Amino acid sequence: MLLIRCPYCEMERPEVEFRYGGEAHLVRDPASANDEEWSAFLYLRVNDKGAHAERWRHVAGCGRYFNCVRDTITDKISVTYKAGEARPEGM
Amino acid sequence: MAPLAFAAAARSSSALKFSFLNLARQALNGHQGWPEQWRFPEPKSGYDAIIVGAGGHGLATAYYMAKEHGMRDIAVLEKGWLGGGNTGRNTTIIRSNYLWEPSEAIYGHAHKLWHGLAQELNYNVMFSPRGVMLIAHSHHDEQIFKRHIYANRLAGTQNEWVTPEQAKEFCPLLNIDRSMRYPIVGAALQRSGGTARHDAVAWGYARAASGLGVDIIQNCEVKGVNRDASGAVSGLETTRGPIATKKIGIVAAGNTSVLMAMAGVRMPLESFPLQALVSEPLKPIMPCVVMSNTIHAYMSQSDKGELVIGAGTDAYTSYSQTGGLHIATQTLEAICEMFPTVSRLRMLRNWGGIVDVTPDRSPIISKTPVPGLFVNCGWGTGGFKATPGSGHVFAHMVATGEPHPINAPFTLDRFRSGALINEAAAAAVAH
Repeated sequence: MLLIRCPYCEMERPEVEFRYGGEAHLVRDPASANDEEWSAFLYLRVNDKGAHAERWRHVAGCGRYFNCVRDTITDKISVTYKAGEARPEGM
Repeated sequence: MAPLAFAAAARSSSALKFSFLNLARQALNGHQGWPEQWRFPEPKSGYDAIIVGAGGHGLATAYYMAKEHGMRDIAVLEKGWLGGGNTGRNTTIIRSNYLWEPSEAIYGHAHKLWHGLAQELNYNVMFSPRGVMLIAHSHHDEQIFKRHIYANRLAGTQNEWVTPEQAKEFCPLLNIDRSMRYPIVGAALQRSGGTARHDAVAWGYARAASGLGVDIIQNCEVKGVNRDASGAVSGLETTRGPIATKKIGIVAAGNTSVLMAMAGVRMPLESFPLQALVSEPLKPIMPCVVMSNTIHAYMSQSDKGELVIGAGTDAYTSYSQTGGLHIATQTLEAICEMFPTVSRLRMLRNWGGIVDVTPDRSPIISKTPVPGLFVNCGWGTGGFKATPGSGHVFAHMVATGEPHPINAPFTLDRFRSGALINEAAAAAVAH
């Protein structure tokens, strides 16, 4: 089980308090997207080995979405940061 | 003839058939004369076609390419050992009661091939159609399962509704007490479903393919996909050197996104760890396969006597090949609820495999935007059952360049066109 730091509550809490929210920083722009871009937004995912930016929601705490960078081989979390913030450089 | 002469005769045969006569001959020599099951060749500088991934699906693909399409110059590359990925990690369940016609066609195709597979490969894959029962715990489950049953009936796929009492008759170990936290209201029973020996499936296909001249190259990890000036594939970079080819079939389950990225193709896949456990071995107590999607547990008994238990996926994408202990705990709680008899059993081993899940929970068996590159992936949490059918249609596709009618709907393009094949309710693992 992961130990995840909620950047709003500023506390490390067990994974069962959170819900995974998928890949982070996907840009949704239905007004201008063509079929390829819309399909990419809906379905295409990085799904790579190594550092992965993803969303989590603190459902059993503050209820808010935030972002997290986790290594998909070791599952080690390097940083969590608030929604809307850019992915920290080098992470 | 002296035993030693028998042994020499046996060794001289490169592909020794398993038969009563050969068994008796080898027995005279203490079974020292059996040849290796498959060759261990060095990679050549090039092949007509290369399959990446020596799991059940990849080996089956190579086998059918050689057998049905007359190709001989084929390599199967494997980064670890053959059958060491999800083929050796799944819970070996075979069924075909999916909802939509394209699914019924492909899983049904596989189901038919399972029946003759041991004879076809001259290898005992221990296919045992002992019945698969999907348990319903709510009115909603009942509606969904009955919809599946009616759809299956229209497609000629066997699947029937049974009451809790009938379910208990079929599987006496099952608890149907109304005081359960999630009482059992009935079940969908596919009597022709069952299990097979997962390792034997990989070994049987490997032996048969190798016997037809397919080079199975283990400990050979793909590091890059080379393309020519026109954009078509021209070969692979591997940890055992470059290998030239004009046709590549990627059959790499959880690692598909990583490999396809080497060719510049992004995939609609996410890779999750999926766990399974086995108990200490017991005398036969479990006559069938029982699955519950709602409270998330499924169980069968292997011929070794271990209870084989499947848990759920972790919530997040990962390549760790382990899973969270709380996921396994939740499954064991459900197992103890459904089968109180086994609550004092010790678990012998648990492990994880990385499953590649598509947005519509159906596989992708498709051409790609890169000429010469084909992909067979997205089997998610339920690929084992499809092994023979998947390999059979994908072999057709890699050999001829065009889809087999059965795999034609399972394109990569459906995620752009919207022609999805939604099997979220038929996939027995909730994710």
